[in-house]
Amino acid sequence: MTSRPNGEPLVRLSGVNKWFGELHVLQDIDLDIARGEVVVVIGPSGSGKSTLCRAINRLEPIEKGEISIDGERLPDEGKDLARLRADVGMVFQSFNLFAHKTILENVTLGPVKVRKKPKADADKRARELLDRVGVSAQVDKYPAQLSGGQQQRVAIARALAMEPKVMLFDEPTSALDPEMINEVLDVMVGLAKDGMTMVVVTHEMGFARRAANRVVFMDEGRIVETAEPETFFTAPKSERAKDFLSKILTH
Amino acid sequence: MGPVLENLDLYVDGFLTSLSIIVVAMVGSLLLGLLIAACRVSPVPPLRAFGTFWVSTFRNTPLSVVLFFCAFGLPELGINRTFYFFGVLGLILYTSAFVCEAVRSGINSVSAGQAEAARSIGLNFTQGLRYVVLPQALRTVVPPLGSVIIAMFKNSAVVGAFGVGGDLWSTGQTLTSARGYETLPIFIGVAIGFLLITLPAGAVLQVIERKVAIAR
Ligand SMILES: Nc1ncnc2c1ncn2[C@@H]1O[C@H](COP(=O)(O)OP(=O)(O)OP(=O)(O)O)[C@@H](O)[C@H]1O
Ligand SMILES: [Mg+2]
Repeated sequence: MTSRPNGEPLVRLSGVNKWFGELHVLQDIDLDIARGEVVVVIGPSGSGKSTLCRAINRLEPIEKGEISIDGERLPDEGKDLARLRADVGMVFQSFNLFAHKTILENVTLGPVKVRKKPKADADKRARELLDRVGVSAQVDKYPAQLSGGQQQRVAIARALAMEPKVMLFDEPTSALDPEMINEVLDVMVGLAKDGMTMVVVTHEMGFARRAANRVVFMDEGRIVETAEPETFFTAPKSERAKDFLSKILTH
Repeated sequence: MGPVLENLDLYVDGFLTSLSIIVVAMVGSLLLGLLIAACRVSPVPPLRAFGTFWVSTFRNTPLSVVLFFCAFGLPELGINRTFYFFGVLGLILYTSAFVCEAVRSGINSVSAGQAEAARSIGLNFTQGLRYVVLPQALRTVVPPLGSVIIAMFKNSAVVGAFGVGGDLWSTGQTLTSARGYETLPIFIGVAIGFLLITLPAGAVLQVIERKVAIAR
């Protein structure tokens, strides 16, 4: 998968800047993500990858610049923001399943309360999605009764139930035991193959090679380098990327 | 207990008045406290500032001062109601600040990721609170909230002392000062009246705590 899908960008960040107090965490970020494109964001710890990802659905507000999704600028707060967020799926490192709700209820809450789907339809769709991510046997359990890998797959199903235009993943496998990483990555690769637009913060090079159209390398709040996965991993241009890759390749 | 039995009808009236103050103030302060807590955690800065102002005002002002303000200050602003109304209002305002803080500490005990996940599926702020955060906060909120409510039951006697005729406290007052009964037996009767309210309430509270603790 190396060809870049074309058309109007689905997600557009232009001149995005963000500060945490004195700390300039996002510096002049420009990034266009096409419909159906899979972008992997990598970079050293603290480089602003999570912040970038969270800015796209405004879990982090930005101080300067503009982010738009499907041609619509991210609103500040209120109804419009909630509506726009419903179109952007998010998968967190720590799963964040609703602890007091069953697996099925986790997946149907959004469709019922936000999309106003009839309960029966939402249930049916949720079961299909849970089946697709391979946890259909667990629908009546609570999150704490599932393994990390299962919880993360439920979290993916919960996001998919909203029929999002784009999915954001912030290190979706880094809280998982090694033997569970692949079950989650496989689901993500499947999504990518089905044409989902995805922004994925991850250090899983295997995933980047199998599914990504582009790798974005960040350091100290800036996008330092953008390249196709194969090119990036074998022949990085910037010194900082070379340095970073040599570090993650040694372990 | 002669004096108590002789005036049993007065006691029953007093008991009912106290009970009605307590019930109205409980419902009122729970609702208002919840609303103020929502303000305090809201993403809108002016609402947050308002919530903080409310809590620091009513939590740090003696109840008697709040009552005084309601009963004598509000009429000066042209608001004329019964002492009962002002008394209950003052008790609600005062208690709401404590309810708010109990609820807020419960909300803070729920991890931020839960609220973020709620927002990320498109729930708005109120929906996120209602469907995701508050149900999980409930478990930690029940014990402190119970203490706040029981304290309010007892504070209702201050409302009586403030001139709400006919509650338990003022029944005791009337019997001792106007009718010359001895203080001790009369006020033992008053205390029993309050215990008849607080003890069952405490028991109900324990049942709720147990229920909520098992529920996920
Ligand atoms: N809420 C916050 N308040 C203050 N500083 C923050 C906050 N969140 C993140 N930061 C800081 O902003 C910088 C970028 O953080 P971010 O989480 O985006 O990095 P990251 O690239 O995702 O790192 P990691 O690989 O460790 O997850 C870091 O220096 C971090 O300490
Ligand atoms: Mg991060």
